[in-house]
Amino acid sequence: MDLFYLAISATFVNNILLAQYLGHCPFLGVSKRLGTAIGMAAAIIFVTILSAIFTWLVFTFVLRPYGLEFLQTLAFILIIASLVQLVEIILKKKSKALYNALGVYLALITTNCAVMGVALLVARKELAFVEMLVFASASAFGYAVALLLFAGHRERLQISAIPQSMQGTAIALVTAGIMSLAFIGFRGMAG
Amino acid sequence: MSEQQVQETPSAAPAGLWKVSVSPHVKSNESVEKIMWTVFACLVPPLILSVFVFGIQVLFIAAVSVASCMAVEVISQKSLGREVTVRDGSAALTGMLIAFVVPPGVSPLLPVLAAIFAIYIGKHIMGGIGYNFFNPALLGRAFLLASFPVAMTSAWLQPIEPLAIFSYLSTADAVTTATPLAVLKDQGPEAFAQMFGEGASLYTSFFLGWRPGCIGETSGFLMVLGGAFLLYKRYITWHIPVSVLGTIAILTWIFGGQEYFGGDPLLAILSGGALLGAIYMATCYVTSPSNKKAQIAYGIGIGVLTVLIRLKGGYPEGICYAILLMNPLSTVLDGWFKQKRFALPQGAEK
Repeated sequence: MDLFYLAISATFVNNILLAQYLGHCPFLGVSKRLGTAIGMAAAIIFVTILSAIFTWLVFTFVLRPYGLEFLQTLAFILIIASLVQLVEIILKKKSKALYNALGVYLALITTNCAVMGVALLVARKELAFVEMLVFASASAFGYAVALLLFAGHRERLQISAIPQSMQGTAIALVTAGIMSLAFIGFRGMAG
Repeated sequence: MSEQQVQETPSAAPAGLWKVSVSPHVKSNESVEKIMWTVFACLVPPLILSVFVFGIQVLFIAAVSVASCMAVEVISQKSLGREVTVRDGSAALTGMLIAFVVPPGVSPLLPVLAAIFAIYIGKHIMGGIGYNFFNPALLGRAFLLASFPVAMTSAWLQPIEPLAIFSYLSTADAVTTATPLAVLKDQGPEAFAQMFGEGASLYTSFFLGWRPGCIGETSGFLMVLGGAFLLYKRYITWHIPVSVLGTIAILTWIFGGQEYFGGDPLLAILSGGALLGAIYMATCYVTSPSNKKAQIAYGIGIGVLTVLIRLKGGYPEGICYAILLMNPLSTVLDGWFKQKRFALPQGAEK
């Protein structure tokens, strides 16, 4: 039951995008079309879970036993960057269309603070392996949900008569703020 | 075809011949203005009842709310260089709905702030009427709930005793209390039964509107009556209200009680803002899907989220957030339930 609450909490209550405000770069960058957003969401879920596993392994078996926790940021960046390169190579071979659609944003996952944030949160909360898996998948899933919700929305934003000064990123940020206002409704759930 | 051509075509034809014009050919006397003011009129009886239940300050809050919404509408349209369309009643309706979803004991300043947020940010920044993704009135409520959590969750008033209405006008005091859902959530069913009674008398008083709650949500009877009138006028269809209320009833029946299948579905519908939300908020044309199947899915989503927040979340009532969470999905749902196109032209995208 604890795992269930952990999952609900990571997906909705502490939604990594709308409650913790991490990873807004791809949130604003690839949400213009639903198709690209789905690809991005899949890439983020994959990279987040994978990087959480590897960073957890490194943190638990290398950094902590030797008292090297102060290196965690550096080590995590390295792990995540190499993982993203791996995903990029695989996508390039297997799915050229998706690779082209994601373009520069796949490379940007390297510096996506949502991926990094999940890794750091796992380390800070000192979660066990199974908890870490649940937490990372739920966080990534929550990110994907928010991204897709927003993308569906933004397709409509593009045909709206928005005042010139508010077009583009400005209105996207306002909408993101309103969406996190709606996500407040989940507060208090799961302890 | 350009505007000019359309106008010229009929006059170019000799008198007595058929007039040629572009579609749509079906005409109706309905207009945005007429619909908005009709819905507004439907909301007046619950407001009057609320004045009798909670006292005269309710009328003041509603007046402030409607007036400030209309003022914000005029100011934002003027400042954005748009045509001022405050006469169409959409701002007045938003103002009325904002008043309906705040507790009766709040300071009148709160609806003013909600009006600014709802009309300016929620509507005009997004492109004006028809472009708002979120229901403006509920945005106003969510904004107030985030900014003034204490006032928005504690300024409930005890209903005045039915026969003491007139003596009330001479005494200025009001008794604060808790809403039924909050009591049920925080203190359990025993305290609930003690406070609001049991059985038929409970349903009757809830149905008529003699219970604590937000200004407009208390009377199930007037909500259903207004909804029936809107259905009769075909301003709304049954799909959204029925699927929202049905889902709330079924899920509360299954999960809401001490054991499974022990909840009270009728009470779930009559308490909180379920009826107000299902009939007046969720059916907003702009923020809900237009496809019938998508509307049912949308309503079920609202019902599920409402029950989830009611039973598991931190707030006693969840329909406001449930509708706001489903609002951005309405476009997506419309896309999912799109009708299949037959006999596609060559090279057309499916």
